[in-house]
Amino acid sequence: MKESSNPPLVSRLPRLTFRVWTVWRRNFDVFMKTWHVNFLPSLIEPVLYLLAFGFGLGTFVTNIEGISYIQWIAPGLVAITVMYGSFFECTYGSFVRMYFQRTFDAIIATPINVEEVIAGELLWGATRATFNSAIVLAVVAAFGLISTPWFLAMLPVAFFGGLLFASLGMCFTALAPNIDFFNYPTFLLITPMFLISNTFIPLASFPSQLQTIALAVLPLTHVADLSRVLVVGKIETLGGLAPEWVLALAVFWIAVVTVLFFVLSIYLMKRRLIK
Amino acid sequence: MVSSEGLIKARDLTKKFGSFTAVDHINFDVYKGECLGFLGPNGAGKTTTVRMIYCFSPVTEGDLSVAGMNVSTHSGEIKRMVGVAPQEDNLDPDFTVIKNLQVYARYFDISKAEAAKRAIELLKFFQLEEKQTKSIDELSTGMKRRLIIARALINQPQILLLDEPTTGLDPQGRHIVWDEIRSLLKQGVTIILTTHYMDEAAALCDRVIIIDNGKIIETGVPQKLIKEHVGEDVLEVAFNEVILKALKEELPDADIEIFGDQIRVFVNRHGVFERILKKFPGVNMSIRNANLEDVFLKLTGRKLRE
Repeated sequence: MKESSNPPLVSRLPRLTFRVWTVWRRNFDVFMKTWHVNFLPSLIEPVLYLLAFGFGLGTFVTNIEGISYIQWIAPGLVAITVMYGSFFECTYGSFVRMYFQRTFDAIIATPINVEEVIAGELLWGATRATFNSAIVLAVVAAFGLISTPWFLAMLPVAFFGGLLFASLGMCFTALAPNIDFFNYPTFLLITPMFLISNTFIPLASFPSQLQTIALAVLPLTHVADLSRVLVVGKIETLGGLAPEWVLALAVFWIAVVTVLFFVLSIYLMKRRLIK
Repeated sequence: MVSSEGLIKARDLTKKFGSFTAVDHINFDVYKGECLGFLGPNGAGKTTTVRMIYCFSPVTEGDLSVAGMNVSTHSGEIKRMVGVAPQEDNLDPDFTVIKNLQVYARYFDISKAEAAKRAIELLKFFQLEEKQTKSIDELSTGMKRRLIIARALINQPQILLLDEPTTGLDPQGRHIVWDEIRSLLKQGVTIILTTHYMDEAAALCDRVIIIDNGKIIETGVPQKLIKEHVGEDVLEVAFNEVILKALKEELPDADIEIFGDQIRVFVNRHGVFERILKKFPGVNMSIRNANLEDVFLKLTGRKLRE
């Protein structure tokens, strides 16, 4: 049973067992208590965006790379949902559980260790991103904006993309002195990504240096690229890379950076919680 | 029920936070079936010690074992046999009373059916049965406290850690918790409690460890400690040079100490003070039984709740 041991604080890979599931399940149970309220934003927001940007702005922007503007932004909305669902769950949501409710302290007094608590939170963040994007995909489908059956593969992409944003958010949670601190990553990172990560405005129309930066450091770009190819069936050349290379980069980038932030966020949270 | 088997052993146990030493090379044993009290003012190191026992805080130096297992290598096994009722309210506000217990049971891999059964039993024992579907916000402070203790028992622990179980409760609430602690002791649970209430330690604990500034300053059975350090009775009188001088003449072998604006006289036998009272008829003097607070005061020269 040494898997649940809690050895001294040293840099090493997190020690996780199946008990991560119980932490995930706690959050799922809370979510299901008020599921109708939780699903509502994911249902209404994409409808508003599609109406305002798709039909409104779409009258001026006739088509992008051969598809209508409303069709072009639909996968962007799915990607944004992935980011919002997981990032906010593991910043504001996790901070409330950690700091105000002391839920993590309560769980750490049981056989579950701190690493498993954080891993459960991250998996839950990824799950929320998946739930939310499933709803947005349904809305997008209802608008008739899905062109390939591959859109179903967007659900696992939402999960792993969600895990990436959850881990990123959890790093901020580990460093946050108070809840207002989250205004910084929200306005300096999340909002810029919302606008320039190939979501509402084609990244291909930006200067090439900006394209390279977006591909190098903005996680949402990769989620949006994958979403576009899975929902609409094609993607444009970006940052000098051919479409297949853009997609290969997206998969590779998400995989590597997710692992890095997953481990880093657990390490930072352990440093914060274990005294 | 107290056996001589050492369930918890601490040797030179030390905890440092940066340059601050919260627990300073302490040694103690906890025996199976006893109620051991850690007594001391705020910041003495009580909570830190308890946190090391349930593997929450890593030990800086020294050895600490629970049931023969080292806390730094066997936290999973130790946490499985320990129940923790922390000082602060960390009940889950997102769930009802009974769901709090059921969700907590899941963290111990207790099956759903078994968890439901234990939850009801515990709510009955802690007189919270009618509150089972209420949300945590609807509970009084005393009820929350009892639910935290109930939650600590969900894994049927051999060792129960109660960190200031009655702080912030009204007298009635305290007595309910005390009764429940007593019946848990009858069931053979080993209890470690921290408190800064002397009467609580005297009422519940088989032994107390008086701790101050991270160091153990005395260990023993409450009544014996009182007898040994402060005697049977204490006479208190407002400070006054004349009276102090007279008291010293009257009771040459008594222990007379001045705390703030008060003179306290400690003696080993009953009945000595009656003579003094008669001698100073106009002076407002009071006689009371010596208690653990006097022991603490005597040992540290300080009041406990400062």
